[in-house]
Amino acid sequence: MTYLLRRLITFPLVMLGVSVLVFVAIRLVPGDSITAMLGTEAGLLTPEQKQALAAYFGLDHSWPVQYGRWLLGVLSADLGLSVTYGKPVLDVILERFPLTLQLACLSMLIAIGIGLPLGVFAATRKERGSDLAVRIFAMIGQSTPSFVIGLMIIYVLSAGFGVLPAMGQFIPFSEDPLGNLGQLILPSLTLGLSFTASVTRISRSAMLDVLSDDYVRTARSKGATRRRVIWRHALPNALIPVVTLSGVEFGYLLGGAVLVEQIFALPGLGRMVLDAILQRDYALVQGSVLFVALNFMIVNLLVDLAYVMLDPRIRLGGRS
Amino acid sequence: MNRFLTRLLDHSSGRIGGVIVLAYILIALAAQAGLTPYDPLQQFRIERLQGPSLAHWMGTDMFGRDVLSRLMIGIGQSFLVAFSSVGIAALAGTLLGLTAAWFGHLWDGLVMRLMDVLLAFPAILLALLFIAVVGPGTFTSILAIAFVYTPIFTRVVRGPALSLKARDFVDAARTFGSSTSYILSRHLMLNLVAPLTVQVTLALAWSLLTESGLSFLGLGTQPPASSLGLMLSDSVNLMEMAPWLLVFPGLAIMIGILGFNLLGDALRDILDPRSRRALA
Repeated sequence: MTYLLRRLITFPLVMLGVSVLVFVAIRLVPGDSITAMLGTEAGLLTPEQKQALAAYFGLDHSWPVQYGRWLLGVLSADLGLSVTYGKPVLDVILERFPLTLQLACLSMLIAIGIGLPLGVFAATRKERGSDLAVRIFAMIGQSTPSFVIGLMIIYVLSAGFGVLPAMGQFIPFSEDPLGNLGQLILPSLTLGLSFTASVTRISRSAMLDVLSDDYVRTARSKGATRRRVIWRHALPNALIPVVTLSGVEFGYLLGGAVLVEQIFALPGLGRMVLDAILQRDYALVQGSVLFVALNFMIVNLLVDLAYVMLDPRIRLGGRS
Repeated sequence: MNRFLTRLLDHSSGRIGGVIVLAYILIALAAQAGLTPYDPLQQFRIERLQGPSLAHWMGTDMFGRDVLSRLMIGIGQSFLVAFSSVGIAALAGTLLGLTAAWFGHLWDGLVMRLMDVLLAFPAILLALLFIAVVGPGTFTSILAIAFVYTPIFTRVVRGPALSLKARDFVDAARTFGSSTSYILSRHLMLNLVAPLTVQVTLALAWSLLTESGLSFLGLGTQPPASSLGLMLSDSVNLMEMAPWLLVFPGLAIMIGILGFNLLGDALRDILDPRSRRALA
């Protein structure tokens, strides 16, 4: 358990590092946020008015003071005020998060639902025609950027069927389940399909690895059916690399998928962060990056925990 | 070296990947040398948005520019960004990882914790932050991608370097009185070439992907210069009228990344002793 303990201790330290890095980075961006917020109207303000606005958003102090105040706020779940939205940063983030979370879950579901069986299937027919077909499909899929897949889907739908994907305002699942799924199905497919390829590849190679292990041969010679050996004996061990890969990918997806959100005009976390950076909305960038990094690290920690559950042979403390 | 090449050519995905990458490099060089069918910036006003024809194999865009010529220049642009960024990242990562493993102690701790912080960001977010600070452009995207990939190279190098450091031949070299820089560059680096080569090839695929994404968002190469991502983002509103604007750059990106992925797979099979078993 010492490994997990060490992970837990370094966790806050890494988060602290992230907070410093993003705090400094966004302040190195040329231009100031008050001017960026007001656009051309900034010229109409008197210096006093600008000063008052800066004070309202807490931007009138030196960097170390600003950082200290912000950090104290973060510890009590107060991420500050967003200059562009005029709302608390946490509210802005939590408004966008459901869409991002749902998109991430749906696309993981698609990727694992297709990729895992496909990979196992290919592994059991190693070097045969069907294995080759799966491998070619996976290789091409892995080499196609998600936004290219998204654009192709939109093109095929609009040119072939005259349908355009529902864009714009996000429809929450609780309000209109069908409308919500209709809105998210194409972006989820886009993200899911590009990840399906990776899942297929990794589950195929993991399965091949496990199938050549001694215990699999033992199980076979004891008379277990081929089916039982594959699903019951081999698969649980082959799942470990799949879990790692999916965990990392899920962590990424929780940070928002900027490109796919852009293509399908969805108001997710990714576009919000991009806009916040471009608008120099300091508090929003700091808060959302911290939020994303936190999610990312928690997911990675959970993946490590999942190892122990999947493979009792791993005792994290004794690992090299 | 010859044996290595033979094995690469024997490997079917190595062969295909190699041919693709070589072809792309030749296209990029030809475009740089001015060997495009037309001037990529020349606007044939009367021939705007024409489909593929004998005169314009891949059609023309909304300004009447020849898509094939722009595609060739775009491939050059993408490869320039990919190779430079991965080159910088490999160099920086090797230096950091090697010195971290060798000197250990405080330096190791400092370097690796910093890498932990950088790895806590999703890659594209880190690249976006970097671009926001420095401003969009081709050079910035090179630096941004290099910045994102440096921690990965640092980790790839540090692990094997640590175990190599404890090996007898390193001790022997030290007793002979070899200088630190000699041991690092001769004994350690030579043994790190294999894992680095695999990582570099896969990083090139990823870098190509990121570059096209960044320029698609308008944060990479700036118009009127041409890049594959930029061509795609121009095609978005015209795709029903002019699908060739979408299809050709999309395919070009896909095949380019495919080339590096295939090559990387083959190299891993050949160079990584752990995966030998899977081959046998």
